[in-house]
Amino acid sequence: MSDVSLPTYKPKDFATDQDVRWCPGCGDYAVLTAMRKTVANLGVKREDVVFVSGIGCAARFPYYMNTYGAHTLHGRAPAFATGVKLANSALTVFVVSGDGDLLSIGGNHTIHTMRRNIDINIVLLNNKIYGLTKGQYSPTSEVGKITKSTPHGSLDAPMNPIAMAIASGCTYVARSLDVDVKLLTQLLDRGARHRGTSFVEVYQDCNVFNHEAWFYASQKDTRSENTILLEHGKPLVFGKEHENAICRVGDAIEIGSPESDSVLVHDETSIEQAFLLSQLFQPAFPEPLGVFYIDDSQPTYNDMLHEQIDDVKTKHGDVDLQTLVSGSHTWTIR
Amino acid sequence: MTQTSTSQISSVSVRFCGDSGDGMQMVGSQFTDSVATAGNDFATAPDFPSEIRAPKGTIFGVSGFQVQFASTDIHTPGDTVHAMIAMNPAGFKSNIGDVEHGGLVIVNVDEFDKKHLEKCGYAEGYNPLDDEDITTRYKICRVPMSRLTRESLASDEDISVKDIDRCRNMFALGIVCWLYSRDIQPTIERLQHYFGTIKKKPHIADLNVSAIKAGFYFGETAELFPARYEVAPAALPKGEYRRISGNEALVLGLTIASSKADRELFYASYPITPASDVLHGLARLKQYGVRTFQAEDEIAAVMSAIGASFAGDIAVSGTSGPGLALKSEAIGLAVMMELPLIVLNVQRVGPATGMPTKSEQADLLQAMFGRPGESPVIVLAASSPSNCFDMAIEAVRLSTRAMCPVVLLSDGSIANAAEPWCIPDVKQISTIETPKPVAGDANFQPYKRNAETLVRAWATPGIKGLEHRIGGLEKEDGSGNVCYDHENHAKMTSFRSEKIKCLEDVIPELEVEGEGETLVLGWGGTRGTILTAAKQLREDGVQVATAHLHYINPFPKNLGEVLSRYKQVIIPELNAGQLRMLIRNAFLIDAIGISNLSGRSFFVQDLVEKIASVIQGVEA
Ligand code: SF4
Repeated sequence: MSDVSLPTYKPKDFATDQDVRWCPGCGDYAVLTAMRKTVANLGVKREDVVFVSGIGCAARFPYYMNTYGAHTLHGRAPAFATGVKLANSALTVFVVSGDGDLLSIGGNHTIHTMRRNIDINIVLLNNKIYGLTKGQYSPTSEVGKITKSTPHGSLDAPMNPIAMAIASGCTYVARSLDVDVKLLTQLLDRGARHRGTSFVEVYQDCNVFNHEAWFYASQKDTRSENTILLEHGKPLVFGKEHENAICRVGDAIEIGSPESDSVLVHDETSIEQAFLLSQLFQPAFPEPLGVFYIDDSQPTYNDMLHEQIDDVKTKHGDVDLQTLVSGSHTWTIR
Repeated sequence: MTQTSTSQISSVSVRFCGDSGDGMQMVGSQFTDSVATAGNDFATAPDFPSEIRAPKGTIFGVSGFQVQFASTDIHTPGDTVHAMIAMNPAGFKSNIGDVEHGGLVIVNVDEFDKKHLEKCGYAEGYNPLDDEDITTRYKICRVPMSRLTRESLASDEDISVKDIDRCRNMFALGIVCWLYSRDIQPTIERLQHYFGTIKKKPHIADLNVSAIKAGFYFGETAELFPARYEVAPAALPKGEYRRISGNEALVLGLTIASSKADRELFYASYPITPASDVLHGLARLKQYGVRTFQAEDEIAAVMSAIGASFAGDIAVSGTSGPGLALKSEAIGLAVMMELPLIVLNVQRVGPATGMPTKSEQADLLQAMFGRPGESPVIVLAASSPSNCFDMAIEAVRLSTRAMCPVVLLSDGSIANAAEPWCIPDVKQISTIETPKPVAGDANFQPYKRNAETLVRAWATPGIKGLEHRIGGLEKEDGSGNVCYDHENHAKMTSFRSEKIKCLEDVIPELEVEGEGETLVLGWGGTRGTILTAAKQLREDGVQVATAHLHYINPFPKNLGEVLSRYKQVIIPELNAGQLRMLIRNAFLIDAIGISNLSGRSFFVQDLVEKIASVIQGVEA
């Protein structure tokens, strides 16, 4: 931390000597590109960055980032990352993992990390399928999904990661597409600079087991109809010619004309609006991309922990281990 | 005033029992302080109800506290009770069975009314105090404690009856102090300090002081008691002493060890009986920089600890048996990542939820083997409350030295029990060296090993030039890259166990006490009972040697040689024979087990008889 000058990094400085082993065409490659760009421009030193992952295809991520990294256990990345951050709050900590990892087996840790507002960055690569175990349905798969484990169609409704994050008290909640590297880089960068837990859901294409799952959102010809870009302070309009808008009529959300008085203007500081937007899904609505919600005012757990320790230290003044060991009541045997 | 005769005795075991609202732990603890100050050796055993607020007067709500104090060296709270103070019928009913024949039983007779007798399940119309079987068997002293306490405190103005009634325990303490010729002045000072200074309730302090005095004077004037007793100070080694419980000792040991290692202490835990007091104790040590983290579950607790260890902290996660089961996959991760990690297991009775407030030593095999794959860890076991301090330091020293997880076993009985502890000089405790990497080392490899210890360096984030990635997948020797090569896996598996074996050279050899052809080998919290039993056997003319294991993986280097010197080896354990299984396997000897599966420690007398009968059986 004593060096004043920061090294200037290029994205390729973060490549490692390991061959990237994702399937050709996998959406993870785009995320890796965006992440290397993000970290290169973040203004932090390589040695102060830690990537943590759980298990799954996405969880290979740390091996491909030339920083410190830990490829941990299935679902447990947020808990491991919590320990890293609490031990050394000067570190910039990323968790990158998949939907099965962060929402199913590790759902509890994801929720509690967000609730505590620990200053780490969680990137959820959501491909709506289990890739590494070769194609079972995941907690974000749509009902009726036919997979090896659900030959007659899955029965359980998918989770809503954005709504879960907002409800868990996450203070930065955003969504991007894997292929939109520009948007993704912006969102990752803003999340990394945010003090508190940041959460970016990435619609990620599993080229092998769930190819085209996100095509409605990612393909040039359909994207403008099926997604809507959230920009703070701007009206929520979408469509090829910006011919449609998200309107709020009473308690309901409807699609209306951009000319209407009831067009919603995006307010990324409104938790209520963020939650409403988190409910917009195809085919009824375009799916929002961008920052749903940000709250910069909340203290982080790691800061509070250190403040509490500093306060107690100030209150106690000089302490000495011998006094601690001796305790308050002693007697002498002569 | 009559002068009751005073007899000298060498040891006494006293039990206070009553409703959990009767302040029995408080009274037991105050009495222990008073015997400690008088220079007796002592051992305590609290017995908490598992219900938090059981209905008043019921058996479930009974709380007890036993203390044995002596003019000689003692190690157990005593098999039987010489004097019992029962504040209500439920306490009487559930504890009377432990009082020795002819023992003194002081009851708060005011509570032995129809309502309270029936509440704890005595048949209608029955009062044990009128039962001739009972009155001939014990010396029953009926004291109307509720009434006397009220009468003696009544003059104070503006005091609620509730506050007065809560002082009954101090009245009882006054009686006991008189009975055992204890000076009550130090207790009075402690009460004034606790209630007056700390709790800032001087009027409550005054009430308690008046109550203990009233009880003491009652003893003196009532002529109710057959005799007074005196227990002379014990010949303990010279020094400054304090009272310590096992959980307190873990708190202190971990804090000292991390400072000796010059690293921060990170303690992550999920509340679980009987380990929670370690979390509570460390949470109060922020002035020493201790970081505690109450995680969302057992898995998050141990995983955050491993994360903190990766980042360079002395990382500890405390739990009990069920929690250890939940942590097992994560402990395997720390084995694979070759990171230091200390997992405390304050054992309780299992399986499943078992009996959380009772004690057993049945997690030894879980600690040794309860993980997928070949995943050896260092296994240590504390043998007494104060020994928890030493073993906590050992855990930190060995875990960082070998870059390997340690499971440190304690148990519910030593966690809550207390004994006198000669306070160590912190300056004399050795510093702990951790395997540091060379910053900026151009040839750095995360899994490059020290040729002698077979240990990799602890390169933590923030150190320039040593960026590396590790994880749960098998590693290539040296580079640490993911590697599925078969020969490499065999090699890495053997490194992971060999580096633990290397610790043999830095742990103490096993010491044997006593002589004979029979060795009694113990481990963990039963040490006090085994020592006491062996002493009695020797007094009875039975030759027996004893040894106690604190290091289970690795075993002390000389263990095989020690075992080979004896005709027979007896292993008493509070499980179905777990150490015995390990010993038989490692040394191919026909060790004989003595098991106790009752959820409490051996009675000394039982153990004496069982050991004697094994020895006689062999001789016959
Ligand atoms: S299985 Fe799917 S998610 Fe996994 S690497 Fe291949 S394409 Fe990517």
